[in-house]
Amino acid sequence: MSSLQELQQKINYEKTIDCVQCGYCLPVCPTFETMERETHSPRGRINLVKMVAEGKADIDVLEDPIEKCLGCMACTTVCPSNVQYGQILEGAKDVVEQNKQKSKPQKGVENFLFDSFFPSKGWMDTLGNATWLYQKSGVQKVARKLNLTKIAPLNMEHFEKVIPDLPSPKERKKRANRYISKRPATAKIAFFTGCVMDSMFFETNKNTIHLLVKSGAEVILPKQQTCCGALHAHSGKVDESIELAKANIKAFEEEQVDYIINNAGGCGARLIEYHHLFEEGSEWHERAKKFVTKVKDITQILVELDQIEYTKPVHKTVTYQPSCHMTNVQGVIEPPKQLLNKIPGLTLKELKRPEFCCGSAGTYNMLQYDESMKILDMKMEDVCSTKASDVVTTNPGCLLQMKLGIEREGTTGEMEAVHIVDLLAQAGPVGKWEKETRG
Amino acid sequence: MENWISALQLNISETQILTEVADRYSYSFDASFGEYLPEVVVQAKSKEDVIHVLKVANQHNVPVYPRGQGTCLSGGPLPVHGGIVLDMSKWPEKIEVSPDDLIVTVSPSAITANINSAAEEHGLMYAPDPSSSKVSTIGGNLAENSGGPRGLKYGVTKDFVLGLELITPEGEVIRTGGRTIKNVTGMDLTKLIVGSEGALGVITEATLKLMPKPPAVQTIMAVFDDVRTAGKAISKTLTSGILPSKMEFMDQACIRTVENFKPAGLPVDAEAIVIIELDGHKEALAIEKEQVQKIMEEIGATDTILPKTQEEADKIWYARKQVSPAIAKIKPTIVSEDATVPRSKIPDMMDRILEIKQKHNVEIVVFGHAGDGNLHPNVLCDKRDKEEMKRVELAVEEMFQAAIDLGGTLSGEHGIGTMKSPFMELELGEVGLDMMKRIKDAWDPNNIMNPGKIFPEKGQKLVLSDE
Repeated sequence: MSSLQELQQKINYEKTIDCVQCGYCLPVCPTFETMERETHSPRGRINLVKMVAEGKADIDVLEDPIEKCLGCMACTTVCPSNVQYGQILEGAKDVVEQNKQKSKPQKGVENFLFDSFFPSKGWMDTLGNATWLYQKSGVQKVARKLNLTKIAPLNMEHFEKVIPDLPSPKERKKRANRYISKRPATAKIAFFTGCVMDSMFFETNKNTIHLLVKSGAEVILPKQQTCCGALHAHSGKVDESIELAKANIKAFEEEQVDYIINNAGGCGARLIEYHHLFEEGSEWHERAKKFVTKVKDITQILVELDQIEYTKPVHKTVTYQPSCHMTNVQGVIEPPKQLLNKIPGLTLKELKRPEFCCGSAGTYNMLQYDESMKILDMKMEDVCSTKASDVVTTNPGCLLQMKLGIEREGTTGEMEAVHIVDLLAQAGPVGKWEKETRG
Repeated sequence: MENWISALQLNISETQILTEVADRYSYSFDASFGEYLPEVVVQAKSKEDVIHVLKVANQHNVPVYPRGQGTCLSGGPLPVHGGIVLDMSKWPEKIEVSPDDLIVTVSPSAITANINSAAEEHGLMYAPDPSSSKVSTIGGNLAENSGGPRGLKYGVTKDFVLGLELITPEGEVIRTGGRTIKNVTGMDLTKLIVGSEGALGVITEATLKLMPKPPAVQTIMAVFDDVRTAGKAISKTLTSGILPSKMEFMDQACIRTVENFKPAGLPVDAEAIVIIELDGHKEALAIEKEQVQKIMEEIGATDTILPKTQEEADKIWYARKQVSPAIAKIKPTIVSEDATVPRSKIPDMMDRILEIKQKHNVEIVVFGHAGDGNLHPNVLCDKRDKEEMKRVELAVEEMFQAAIDLGGTLSGEHGIGTMKSPFMELELGEVGLDMMKRIKDAWDPNNIMNPGKIFPEKGQKLVLSDE
């Protein structure tokens, strides 16, 4: 096999042929809008991938356009030719990754992020606990004063301010691995806790379990679960992401469940595509397919089970920033809005351009900070024009980014970013079955 | 070469001049065939930018290719001889509706659909609706004289242009036409420029005509068991005093492909369907829909479907929209043609297409704006298969010939560009083409504006495969 053929295979050249270059993707691409050139549009990127795969251009030309892609997949939703842009992007990232001689600081940071930060179960608690200690001990205040946070890699100083208050280690340990109230249960559910969600948004995970229990479900938290691998795949670390997928498939096979529920749009998008990672007909492909059919977002299952009444009015005007991966990959669009409309007293004012990415995009806001902020500022303009007091999200990346946007707009205190699950938990959820048993 | 690039940089911000290889590759293509690497891409944001580019280019004999969003299906913006791609799409969008005059003044970068939305705020509409209208710029529409389904009732881009501002190839500013419907002052340069595919200069502003937005629409779907009857039904409707806003045709191959792709409840056994949209006042529509239904039944439609709700109507139009993506699933390359015939010749054209399909053993599906004779025979192929592409080239050539034989034209709405220029003489004759060329030579003595388009180059043939 020639090296060009090998390259073509790795880069998913076959998929690029499906692009007829009609340009229908241009109006929805955030980076085409902010960076103002075709090079940073889906059509432009696919063309460059094709050029490289045909040996007409050097791999170097791909580096910047591919790294500046958010991977929000808005293009795939409008594409009339059904081009598998996600697979082209991942192939290109893989090739770029191997091609480039990385600058040392970035490599150090990425290794830290991907080898220590995201994949293991152990890190979740460690990171959560360390952050908690940092916040509680007052180190945070001192560090902020001394500008020490500026030294942290990857513009962490901007993000550090928006990390929520975290529970103590003791509280973390208190969480059980199985919950049930209603017998027989309405459904048996395995909860995929997610790594960022479980470390930084532990409360949200608790509320998720609470809502599921209120829905009459039996909830299990498989111990062996690990990171979904989305961030690895988005950074060209394909092999690592496959290993993580296998570990999760195995972990969730241990008990017979009806659903595998997550509350992070980005993770969910990865989980429902696990079967794409394996060769068709292989044993892992079969196992992945079984896994995938059970995966649902928390908002989907709450709408489907429809077992909760919200008894406490929330007198607020909120807006909803959908997670791109939830919209464009999972195709979950209505359920979050349906749930918000169930909260008494709440007014939902939708964004003008909900499908426009917030610029969080996995690790994009850390690795491509400047571009990410241009996109965030556009998003915030839309958010502020709704005059909402809360921005509701369904993904930890979006949630942190929205918090950062509020901070940048100087509207901290007037406006808040909140995960939909936390808002639902505030609204006095009561299981319909609870009433029945009482009544 | 460096000489002219530094001359460009004198008056234009360096952020607007792209010379990196990745950027140049990104402006080397459009939605048609072929890729050509330009030396430079200039993103014009003002009249002054365009004047400067054209003056430098004219002085140094460098070709300039104006480009909107690159949705062209005939190769209009392709930099076939290298030089400067002039990206007009980043010009700040200006759409100024003057409701009292029923006109709108727009920048070349205005997105076609945005013009219509702005007009709708005043109860007006901008009628031309090319299927790429959410993406395409008006500058590109003007250069290519784009059409769309509503062309049947309302006409195409050229029918809506009252005035233009143009930078000549020598870098001078001229204004043609004006802000009035009636204007017979001198020769009609406006109409000459519209559809000239960027060969006569760069349009920097346009004044367009608006019309009242019809208050209601009614969709009708008619089902036929042979294509000829469908063709007759279209002619009969149009000669019965009814002018629908759209009349779209789908053949059996299209219907089945769509149903396999995303089932929409289309009749898969039908040989053809015609989807009609009437627009106007509700009361008028109630009468017209009955008349259309009667005509369809009398002429032999096996079924006519009148959707009762907007949802049902949307479903039918959604199915029509799925044709392109659905056929893209069968084979990766689609050669979308737009040869157009007089309306009465649609059945003959359908017969000819069938013959060509069998003769060259190529896959062709037919859909399109049948009401105005503008069919879109789409050849489904794979451009990596050189042998197949040769057969496709022959089939396409014969479709052009068939359209001309039937009194039609090479292109109804896509333009000539690089793809159809070899066939120009066939339609226009030697003298006709020469007169056109003389106009071009007089306007653009150094031939810097979009060279290699419209006029065939020596020995040029239709080539659809890469090498």
